This record gives sequence, structure tokens and C-alpha cells, in this order.
Amino acid sequence: MSDQTPGFAAARTVDQMVDDVLAAPEAPPYLIDVWRRFKKNRLAVIGLIFILGLVLVAIFAPLIAPYGPSERTDVFRGSPSGDHLFGTDIIGRDVFSRVVYGARVSLRISIATTIIAMGIGVLVGAMAGFFGGFTDGLMMRITDVFLAIPYIVLAVAIATVFGRSENGIILVLGLTGWLGVSRIVRSSFLSLKELEYVEAAQALGFSRTRIMFRHILPNALQPIIVYGTILIGSVILAEAALSFLGVGPQDPTPAWGLMVSQGKGDLANAFHLVLFPGLAIALTVLAFVLVGDGLRDALDPKLK
Amino acid sequence: MTSYIIRRLLLVIPTVFFALSFLFALFYVLPGDPATLIAGGADRNPNAIQVEQINEKYGLNDPLPTQFVNYWKATLQWDLGESFQTGRSVNEILGQRAKNSFRLAFWALIIEIVVGLSVGIYSAIRRYSLADKLTTVGTAAMSAIPVFVLGYILQYAFAVYPNKHDWPEWTRLRTSQIGPPGSGDGDWFLFVIPMGEQWRYLILPAVTLAAVSTALTARMMRGSMLEVHRADFMRTARAKGLGERQIVLRHGLRNAMLPVITLLALDFGAMIGAAVLTETVFSWPGLGSTIASSVLDRDLPVLLGLTLVVVLLYSILNLLVDVSYAWFDPRVRLGEGKDK
Amino acid sequence: MTIGSGELLLSVRDLSVVFDTDDGLVRAVDAVSFDIHRGEVFSVVGESGSGKSVTAMSILQLIPDSRVAGGEILWKGADLLQRTEDQMRSVRGAEIAMIFQDPLTALNPVHTVGRQIAEMARIHETITKKQAFNRSVEMLDLVGIPEPDKRASMYPHEFSGGMRQRAVIAMAITCKPSLLIADEPTTALDVTVQAQVLEVLLEIKDEIDSAIMLITHDLGVVAGISDQVMVMYAGQQVEQGTVDDVFYRPMHPYTLGLLESLPRLDATDDTELVPIPGSPPSLINRPSGCPFHPRCRHAQAPGRCDTEATEFRSIAGAHFSACHFAEQFIGGSTPAIETPS
Repeated sequence: MSDQTPGFAAARTVDQMVDDVLAAPEAPPYLIDVWRRFKKNRLAVIGLIFILGLVLVAIFAPLIAPYGPSERTDVFRGSPSGDHLFGTDIIGRDVFSRVVYGARVSLRISIATTIIAMGIGVLVGAMAGFFGGFTDGLMMRITDVFLAIPYIVLAVAIATVFGRSENGIILVLGLTGWLGVSRIVRSSFLSLKELEYVEAAQALGFSRTRIMFRHILPNALQPIIVYGTILIGSVILAEAALSFLGVGPQDPTPAWGLMVSQGKGDLANAFHLVLFPGLAIALTVLAFVLVGDGLRDALDPKLK
Repeated sequence: MTSYIIRRLLLVIPTVFFALSFLFALFYVLPGDPATLIAGGADRNPNAIQVEQINEKYGLNDPLPTQFVNYWKATLQWDLGESFQTGRSVNEILGQRAKNSFRLAFWALIIEIVVGLSVGIYSAIRRYSLADKLTTVGTAAMSAIPVFVLGYILQYAFAVYPNKHDWPEWTRLRTSQIGPPGSGDGDWFLFVIPMGEQWRYLILPAVTLAAVSTALTARMMRGSMLEVHRADFMRTARAKGLGERQIVLRHGLRNAMLPVITLLALDFGAMIGAAVLTETVFSWPGLGSTIASSVLDRDLPVLLGLTLVVVLLYSILNLLVDVSYAWFDPRVRLGEGKDK
Repeated sequence: MTIGSGELLLSVRDLSVVFDTDDGLVRAVDAVSFDIHRGEVFSVVGESGSGKSVTAMSILQLIPDSRVAGGEILWKGADLLQRTEDQMRSVRGAEIAMIFQDPLTALNPVHTVGRQIAEMARIHETITKKQAFNRSVEMLDLVGIPEPDKRASMYPHEFSGGMRQRAVIAMAITCKPSLLIADEPTTALDVTVQAQVLEVLLEIKDEIDSAIMLITHDLGVVAGISDQVMVMYAGQQVEQGTVDDVFYRPMHPYTLGLLESLPRLDATDDTELVPIPGSPPSLINRPSGCPFHPRCRHAQAPGRCDTEATEFRSIAGAHFSACHFAEQFIGGSTPAIETPS
């Protein structure tokens, strides 16, 4: 059926109209509603403020940190004091400054990873869920194989291959993180594609890609967004774990997990070396979890 | 039903095959020559003859496909080889580590079930109360703390600090290894119950390992209960004149448990096979940490052998979960019924 | 307002039910009064949002989010609203039973049907498991389900839609309640099955000598089995009377509109369908005066219709209406009111 036949032209106008209606981004009032509901969740708001604060800290690190991340002072393994809020480490570096600069590392890694993981995951999941059949089966088998291997093993193995660095970690976490995303995207698509408006779109002759991305995806977005937020938290934890095990960024990068690992040797006298980076990780992840929870409640009005 | 089970069992085989082959292939991409490592590491500068001997002994010079085939031939006969590092039989290592991991995971699971489920159910019943809000924050916080950080905090609080400040002996817990020197299997009653001093060594790692999972279980249980609470049949139960507690226990719980069961089973698998962080922090010689170090040491037989067991364990657990779903939910068991 | 012949069972007086929401106070039910007698089928008709379901569920206090803002619900003389939760529980199922719209979701999927029916008996009576099970078989038989003993051991999803609803009815009547409230019992069913279920309801009513309060938006269902009909709109009652009164001599523009909008078998080819224009009003910001006036063909606005609150009163004996001009409807289905220019 060529684009030139008259009937088709008429159909295209209808196509256009219906398409605009079906795929119009939700009118602003919806987003305002979501924001309003989100605001009411105090914990979620606190989380959001913390994240924003963290981003600011990362951006303005040089202004906030009194010392450089690799700058040595002559106080070794010092306890927290006026000069050194979080104390100093084994070779005299100020822990507070390192934690501040560490925010950059964590945010960089987690955001980059999440983008990669979500990108791959949404693509794979959408195709598996929408096309079903062989594509679905194949993709599910692949994810099953990956999921069968204990996560840490997989991550450590790949990390040792790709090198112990920030980029290496991003690659590792991105390549392993998409599995969960693809699962939920797939189930979203599986159920959404049975809905009648998809049938209607198909009857009007829309291409499958169009249906997938402009009609189904916007509706599948809600669980994806929530998952994404929580994913960032998981990624930070995973990155911390890998850094702790020694397969992440190496010294002198102020990765929080690495700092904990460096401090573990002398708990009795230098607990602050473990405590402060550890708290930084915990609070950051907590903030993302709270925001994720808040988003989920705000996006789903029925939950009230 | 039986055909379903058989089909799932058969699926396990290709999964295991591909998983392990993937690791096998990955190993060959890993930088670092195993033979050199075995001979004592790069800094000890082993001479070429030694390295060559090792290559011969372990067949590391053979072409890749040959090694691959040999590996699978041996594995199918359950000959998992010997560790490149220590020479010990992998089976032996496997046996010991698996026992340790199982014991630790067992107690962590008990904690997770008891604490997780009760907290979850309680906060669902007392929704919006102060207790519920506290639990929400508490569980969120617990799931946010990295396992190793929690481990060190507990170590510090219960062992290091008391030690340093000379608290009485009975208050102190132990922080590392799996038992007082000289302890062995005899220290365990019925395989899993720690006797004598053993529990002092067990308690901190078990709590640490359980912590994150417990928090997640509690959250999931609460969510599941709340979702079931909105179900129509709950309204029917109320209209029949059932009391709230009966409604929750008799009608709500069984339906709400389903997704939580999956979580518990998978957690158990993860606790046995992937508790790397906890095991590292507490120097508990289990499967997880051994596998992780085998990657770093390029100890292929240990890596593949132990991972094989873990992968099999995961697959069987998954299968059990699917089967139990059928047992719990008659819709699955008897097939989707008539529509209208 | 007593009309029917049997014993007066339920007397609702000026019942108002509201919901406190973030967007404001939702007046779901506004000063509704009616009586139900033993042996009678009392239907409540209205669109979604008219307040009919809320009214019904409020009788048994099954809506925790709602608040009763006034009125009484007298059951055999005593006000249910004064009862404690414990006391209500002994009423639910035993004296007043309720069945809901979708039988598939109304039943617990992991319990057998027999067990759920038996549960009803065991809640309110002290009997053994065996006796309860026998009772459930008896009930299934009563509603016309073949092989009741086998069926009792089956799960809800193994039943067809009509049978499921019958099983739900069986469950509801296990303790021989005096009033059975049916909230849209046939909406989720095929048309052919609907008739069967309605038949069962009628038979049961006679069998256990109870009354039925039927909530529905389907006028056909109403015409089929009702004795009394009450029409609701935007939380208020707008008309009430016997089924003949309401169907043949409607006295409210809304009722008239409903009847006129029904497609008719005897219509000629070019007769247009006559819908009621507009949509139901927000229950938070109700139109002033009569809530129906924005959609009413005969509304006098500006005039009484948009300023004066309506009064639900007797127009002709036991036939009530809330329309300001109800009296002008008497004498036929076409009103004699002048449409304002």
C-alpha cells in the first residue's frame, strides 16, 4: 500500500489525529498532581533535598573541602578534630575532604551506570515483551544464564577483565545492571500490549516500532522510573562493594568503598576511617530509596 | 504439573552449561598468567622451567577447545580437579566451604523469616501508626547500609570496643573466623546448632548477613499485605462478619505470602553462594568469598567447581519456588479456569 | 414512608455519608430516607457516582474511609449507627448479607467454594466443620448448582460466571439473613445468565422469607423483579415509588430521561437515540439548587431550579419525587410543563 493512494492519505490524517491523541504527553496537570502528592511525603522530600545537596557538594567540592583529596598533612590516623572534621587516614589525608570529593566519584559512576543499564534494559525488555515468541524466549534465556551466576562473582570477574578503574566499574555495573530493568519492562509490555488501544493502533496501521515507543512505552514509564531511582541506589551499593573488594577505582581515587577497605585494618584505633565513608554511602543510598518510594506512591493515585 | 517440573528441570542443564562456559571463556580473557601466579606470583619471579612444568601439569598449554572439552568431561564425572593455588582437591575445599556457608545462611534465614515477616505483617496491620512509620524508615535505612559497613560497625560495637576497654569476657563477641581454635564439626549439634563458644563467632556474621534481606522482606511483606487488603474478597470477608484479625490471618496472609516466598528462597541461595562481603568482613571461610578470591587468584578449578555448585543450587531453588507457587495457588495448580 | 405489606425491616432516615478527601468534602449520600419491608424487592437505580453503592455499604458500615454525617439506620427498630464494631459483626452476614458485583474477585482464590460458604456458617453459629460443610452443600443445591457436593470442593476459578454468582448468593444466605443487599449482581455477567441469577434471587427471597435491596444501573433488571424503585442522582434521591409508578408515570426529568434514552425494539428506523446531555456533577461542588438542573430539558434557570434546594416529597400517595415541578408530570409520560424560552 503506497503512500500515494488517496485512501491512504485520508487514513494518514486520521492516523495523525488519533496518534496525537494517543501519544500526547500527559498534560501538565498530571505532573503537577504527581508533584503535589510527592511533596506530601516528608521522607521523600528529605531524600530529594539530600540528593540535591549531594549534587551541589559534588559540583562545588573544591570550595567545600578544606584539603585536596590527595593532599597529605602531617597528622596520621588522626581522630576527628576541629581541623579535620572526619579525621585523617593512614597517610595523612583529610577524610572529610576525601568524602566530599568521593561524592563526585559516586555520582558519576552511578548516573552513568544507570543510564547504560536502563538503556539496554528498556530496549531488551521492550522487544522481549512486545514481540514475544522467539525473541522473548531468547532474551529470557540469556538473562537467566546471567542471573544464575552469583552477582558478585560475575561483577568481580568482569571487573578484573576490564580493569580496576572508574570506567571499568561503570562498564561492569552497566552490563550486569540491565537484567532487572529488562524483567520489569518486559512484564509491563506483556500486559500493556494486550490492551485494546494497542489493537486499535494496529488496526489503524501503525508500525510496530511506533506502537512500541509512542504508545506503550509512555504507559510503562511509571514502574520504569521508580525502578530507575531505586537502581541508582543499588548501583552505589554495588560500586561500594566492588571498590571495597579492590576491583574498583584504585588509590588515590577517593571512592567511598575503597576508603572503607583502607580503614578496616585498624578498627580499634581508627574507626572513623570506616565510619564516615560508610555513613556517606548509607545516607546517599537511603536518600535514593526514599525518593524512589515517594515517586512510586506519587505516581500511583490508587495507592492512597 | 509433572510435565512442568520436568521441563523446568531440563532447562537447568543449558543454563548451567552456558553459565559455566561463560566463566570459562571469561577466564581466558583475564589478564595474568595462571601458571606464573601459581608458581608464586609475579614478584617472586619464577623461572621459566617452573612455569612450563605447571603449564604441563595443568594442561594450560593445550589449545582452548581441548581444555574446554577436557574440563567438561571431567566435570560430568564430578572430577573438579585441584586448586591451582594450593593443590588441594576442589571437592575437599567445596565440602568444607559449603558446610560453613550453609550454617551461616541457615541462621541468617531464620532471622530473616522471623523478624522480617513479623515486622512486615505488623506494620501492615498497624498501617500509618507511629510504629509503621518507624519501621518504614528503619527498613529503608537498613537496606541502604552497605553490608560491609554494617559488619564493621557491629564488630566495633560488640567486639573491638569491648575488647579495647576491657569489658567483662561474657559480653564480648568474636569477630573473625569460624570458631575457637581447634574447633571442627564437633562444635555443631544437628549440623547447624552452634555449641559452646561457637555461637559467639556465629552471631555477628549471621545478623550482618540477615540485615539487608530482613529489611527487604519486611518491606515486601508489608506491601504485599496492603495490596491484598484492597482485594475484593477481603471486602466479602468483612461483609460476612469476620473480625479483622481473622480476615488478615485466614484470608490475607496466604495470598500475601506468595511473592514473599520467592524472595526468601532466592535470598537463601544468595546467602549461601554469594555472601562475599559478610564472609570477607568476618573472615568466615564460605563459598562466596572463596569464589571471589579464586577470580583474583586465577584459580580456575576452584572458581568453576564452586560456581557450578552454586549455580545448581540457584536453579533448584528457583524450581522449588515455582513448584511451591503451584501448591499455594490453586489457579496455577489446576490451570487457569473458565473465564465467564 | 412505610409502604410495603410485610414487616418493616430497614428504615433509613436522612442518611448522609461523606468522604474527606484532599480535594474537598465529597457528599456521596445526601439526606436519603427509605423503608424496606420483608418480602419486598427494593431497587436503587442511578448512574455511577449517584451514591447508590455507598448507601448500601453504609448500612453495614463497610466503608472505613467514609464518615456518616447524619441520619439513622434503623434495623428492626434499633439504630445500626450506634452499634459497636463487634455488634455490627454479628449483624453482617447473619441478619443482613451482601453480595457484590464481580463474583470472581469477591471470592478468595485459594480457598474452596465450600469452605468459604461453610465459613459463613461457622462465624455466626456454633457448628462443627462437618456440619458446616454439609450446610454449604445444601446451600449450593438451593441455588440450583448441579452436583453440589463435588462443587463444594472446587475452587472459584473452576466455576463459570453465572454459577459463581450463584455460589456467592448461596454463601450470603447461609445464615438466612432477613435482608440481602445485592450490589450490581448481574453487571459482570452475560445477558442470558443475568436472567437466571435474577430468578435465583427471587426464589431465594421467597424460600427464606427475606427482603432484597438491589443496587443497579440497569433499568431492565429493575423492571424484571422489583417491587419498589428508588432513583438516585448525585447522592440524592430524586424519585421513588412502585415499579409501575416509576416506569409508567415518572415524575422527575431524570427518570424520564433515563427511560427515554433506552433503545426500543419498536422504534422506527430513523428514530434517534435520546441521551441525557452532559455528565454527572462533581460531588464536591454540586450545582446550586437542584443538582440535575444543568442537564434538565425543563429546568427553569435562572429560577427555582438553580436557587432552591429540592424537597423530596409525596406527589401521589406512595409515589415521591424531588422535582420542583413534579406535580406537573401527573397524567402521562410527557410533562405538561412549558419549556422556558
